[in-house]
Amino acid sequence: MNLSLNLVAIKTLIHKEVSRVFRIWVQTIVPPAITMTLYFIIFGNLIGRRIGTMDGFDYMQYIAPGLIMMSVITNSYGNVVSSFFGAKFGRHIEEMLVSPMSNAAIIIGHVAGGVIRGLGVGLLVTVIALFFTRLDVAHPLIMLSMVVLSSTVFALAGFINALFAKKFDDISIVPTFVLTPLTYLGGVFYSISLLPEFWQGVSKANPILYMVNAFRYGVLGTSDINIVHAYAIVLLFVAILFTACLMLLNRGVGIRE
Amino acid sequence: MKALSIKNLTKTYANGNQALKGINIDVEPGDFCALLGPNGAGKTTAIGIISSLVNKTSGSVEIFGHSIDTELEAAKTHLGLVPQEINLNLWEGVANIVRTQAGYYGLPRKLADERTEKYLRELRLWDRRNDAARSLSGGMKRRLMIARALVHEPRLLILDEPTAGVDIEIRRSMWDYLQRINAEGTTIILTTHYLEEAESLCRHVAIIDGGEIIEDAPMSSVLRQLQREVFVLNIDGELREAPTLSGFETSLRDDGDLEVVTSKDRRLNDLFAELDRNDIRVVSLRNKANRLEELFMGLVENKPGPAE
Repeated sequence: MNLSLNLVAIKTLIHKEVSRVFRIWVQTIVPPAITMTLYFIIFGNLIGRRIGTMDGFDYMQYIAPGLIMMSVITNSYGNVVSSFFGAKFGRHIEEMLVSPMSNAAIIIGHVAGGVIRGLGVGLLVTVIALFFTRLDVAHPLIMLSMVVLSSTVFALAGFINALFAKKFDDISIVPTFVLTPLTYLGGVFYSISLLPEFWQGVSKANPILYMVNAFRYGVLGTSDINIVHAYAIVLLFVAILFTACLMLLNRGVGIRE
Repeated sequence: MKALSIKNLTKTYANGNQALKGINIDVEPGDFCALLGPNGAGKTTAIGIISSLVNKTSGSVEIFGHSIDTELEAAKTHLGLVPQEINLNLWEGVANIVRTQAGYYGLPRKLADERTEKYLRELRLWDRRNDAARSLSGGMKRRLMIARALVHEPRLLILDEPTAGVDIEIRRSMWDYLQRINAEGTTIILTTHYLEEAESLCRHVAIIDGGEIIEDAPMSSVLRQLQREVFVLNIDGELREAPTLSGFETSLRDDGDLEVVTSKDRRLNDLFAELDRNDIRVVSLRNKANRLEELFMGLVENKPGPAE
């Protein structure tokens, strides 16, 4: 593999992806900002005042890390799935497929684009959160590493969705029926210690629970789960999903007849 | 070393359609080759495999000695593709499309910018460099796809019906441009439904039908296979019926012109002598159809006439 060629190709692809995010900012940046503002107003401010504290924090403070992570996850996923499927649908994916850039470079470029959008939106949501509550970062490295890794996991998952998608409906099925329920049940709005023991066990099968809690630990210093377990699970997902993406792309699934 | 070497290439799609049945094609460096065939013959499948957009079932493809099985990256570096369908990101700017493609081939930004300007100017798109591709006319989109395919300066350029739906003026300017880059050393493979285009531009022709190569030879030798030619004569005066000319088939057209079929072994002098003998004066003369078209129809329809 020609390393310098692929580095230039990755840089080009990232530049293209970031340009796309800014070109259609009304679709990519504004909606999550509005949605999260509403979450903070309704769940944090209006309802949260009646709930009181959770794990020793104001309810608003408690849900803020989860809401930030939720926006990062959905935007990382959404960016890759819509960009890659859009390229498939418009056939300009052929620009990459006929070029000598490697399949790994195609994955890395798209995933990096998704991560950049996820982190950008996450930063915007953090700024919005600061209008409603105070966030003192307890463990900055854990916070940063976990948000980047979680974003990578969902950008990779979005890539796989885009490979298999044949029509626009196919890129909304997974976010609607899988991602959203898992996120809502992933401890964004509550501590799983509130659940009966059986449902605590079930919740622990949800990978988003580990991401949200590890991120919350990075911000607030509190978590329902073991942080080491969270890192192990997230890193395992990154490895498995990247390998799956590479294998699918090498076989030409969804892109070559 | 061949610019393109295809050996026993087959492709069977998942639905069982056998699009290619073991084709063999060799293209010499610097050649200008026409790949012709009716719709569904397998041309686009073959091009798809060469450019790694379609997985082959069996066989081998080498581009300037690099196998697409073992040296795909090197093989792709030498190849530029102008596909049949418009596959531009229509929301992207014209210059960005070309510059991005240069990046995918590993060209550093400065060189990518220089090449983008060079090819957009050569293809008369520089004034539209900041416009979105969707705002371009059909002919401009085709030219943009050519600029995009050339930005990494490939040694082999494949054009799949590049002039489809393009008006005659732009088509002629594209011909001139393709002839120029071919003269500068770029090997070109062209598929087209305009057979006069192939006859004018190409020195080599391969005809594919039903997934098989049914002709593969220099254009001149292919055209020599023609056994007959049809001329249309504009006559001074009016003929009531087609005259009988010894050794020639004649018929009268609706517009009053005389159609004459000559065989390969007859000279035009013989025809004019016969016309003189019948006191027929000719104002002008033209070919009824281009010769390649006649040969092509004969080959794909398996007619006994034109081919030997």
